[in-house]
Amino acid sequence: MPNWLANALLILPAGLLIAICFKRDLIEIGWKVMAVQAAIMLPVAAYLGLVWAPPEREMGDVYRIIYAHVPQVWMALLGVTLNFGCSLAYLMKKSWTADALAEASAEVGLYFGIVGVTLGAIWGKPTWGVYWTWDPRLTSAAVMLIYYTGYLAMRRFTENPDTRATWSAALGTFGIVIPVTVYFSVVWMKSLHQVQSTPKTVDPQMVFALRWAACAFLCLLITFTYQRYKVARAALAREVAPPEALSGPPPSSNDVAKVAV
Amino acid sequence: MTLLQDSPATRKPPGLLAATLVVLRKDLLIEWRTRARLNALVFFAISTLLLFSFALGANTTALRQHAAGYFWLAIIFASILSLSESFRIEGENHALEGLKLAAIDARAVFIGKALGNTVLLWGLGIVLAPLSIAVFDLKVKMSLWALFGIIGIGSMAISAAGTFYSAIASNARARDVLLPILLFPVLVPVIISSVGATALIFEGDPMGQMRSWTGMLGVLNVIYWALGLVLFPRITEDI
Repeated sequence: MPNWLANALLILPAGLLIAICFKRDLIEIGWKVMAVQAAIMLPVAAYLGLVWAPPEREMGDVYRIIYAHVPQVWMALLGVTLNFGCSLAYLMKKSWTADALAEASAEVGLYFGIVGVTLGAIWGKPTWGVYWTWDPRLTSAAVMLIYYTGYLAMRRFTENPDTRATWSAALGTFGIVIPVTVYFSVVWMKSLHQVQSTPKTVDPQMVFALRWAACAFLCLLITFTYQRYKVARAALAREVAPPEALSGPPPSSNDVAKVAV
Repeated sequence: MTLLQDSPATRKPPGLLAATLVVLRKDLLIEWRTRARLNALVFFAISTLLLFSFALGANTTALRQHAAGYFWLAIIFASILSLSESFRIEGENHALEGLKLAAIDARAVFIGKALGNTVLLWGLGIVLAPLSIAVFDLKVKMSLWALFGIIGIGSMAISAAGTFYSAIASNARARDVLLPILLFPVLVPVIISSVGATALIFEGDPMGQMRSWTGMLGVLNVIYWALGLVLFPRITEDI
């Protein structure tokens, strides 16, 4: 399978992300395109990973979980990095879009992180002999999950939207230390987890299947994040809405007079 | 003329350093008058140390092997009490409002409070160190001063991150739950490097690893203090 095809797959999501920077409304059509692309690509990714890609020399077929584990952890890191970007943006220029997007990206990143770490544990049993080991990569990943759970808990525990937005922006900015540690932990410290592979050290068929899966999960990440963003915006609108915006007729001066009587 | 210069209307607000010293002095004075927090911290940390030995049983070899870890865990658990208390006292009589209304840099409040917490944790560490050496039957291969130095740098890193998170957590609902959830993940690198350095002090350093642990602690201090200085004024605006 030619390598250019794998790169071409990224055109749609990457193009969409660039396009919405200039024209926001495009996301309304864009997320549907992403959802369809994810729906088409995910079953193909399963075929490519489970059947088409060759078995690995040492691990045989066990390694095939890589096509789900690695892309999901990538998406988790992408999600929390987006959270950092939105947090920084909120601190510089107070914007509800940045706040809602920060909440969405943290939650979606946390979801991908939990699934990714669980898949890693399942892979760890046949290859390392244990589900979990206190290795720098695994520990830092677990720490990241706890931190972003705390981040979301803090959002639930704070009622005032202004305060919540500022505090969570500060937490999101402070928290970037953790995903950076997760990514570089295998380089900085002696670890059981292998270091990042490059396309030069991996069979081209495996590279293609991995890129395909990563692209599929990227489309899924965009879809999830946008949907969660809409929920966050709706919740925010309800919180800051004046009482007049509630359903039912607006109170008139007669009602007030009746109550007074 | 001198009267006019000294009148409150013409007095210049204090600079960052002067304001920091005022906040630090205030925090330490409040602590000195009651000495409640330091007493509570010391006894809490001692009982944590004892609980570790109860949990492991009478296995002295295991206890001695992991003593550095227990020592730092006792300090970290105690730091949660100390940090949440440092902002709780500001809640009384709306003291924080007064601090915000005072014409001083918000960063001075951060540095002053974080330094105050550092002093407390450092003091706790210095009290706890000889006790751990006695209880766990440890031998100090390097000097005791190096141990106090490591406790100092470690306390600085814990206090910088802790003061920042405590400012947030102490004003949210469920603050007692929130502070550990937010703080512990950030402190993991501090725990790893302080425990690494402390273990070398107890066991000796034939491989020359001390520099890398202290270097990591130094870098973490720079990161936490810098992030705290930049972000703290923003979070106190909304308290």
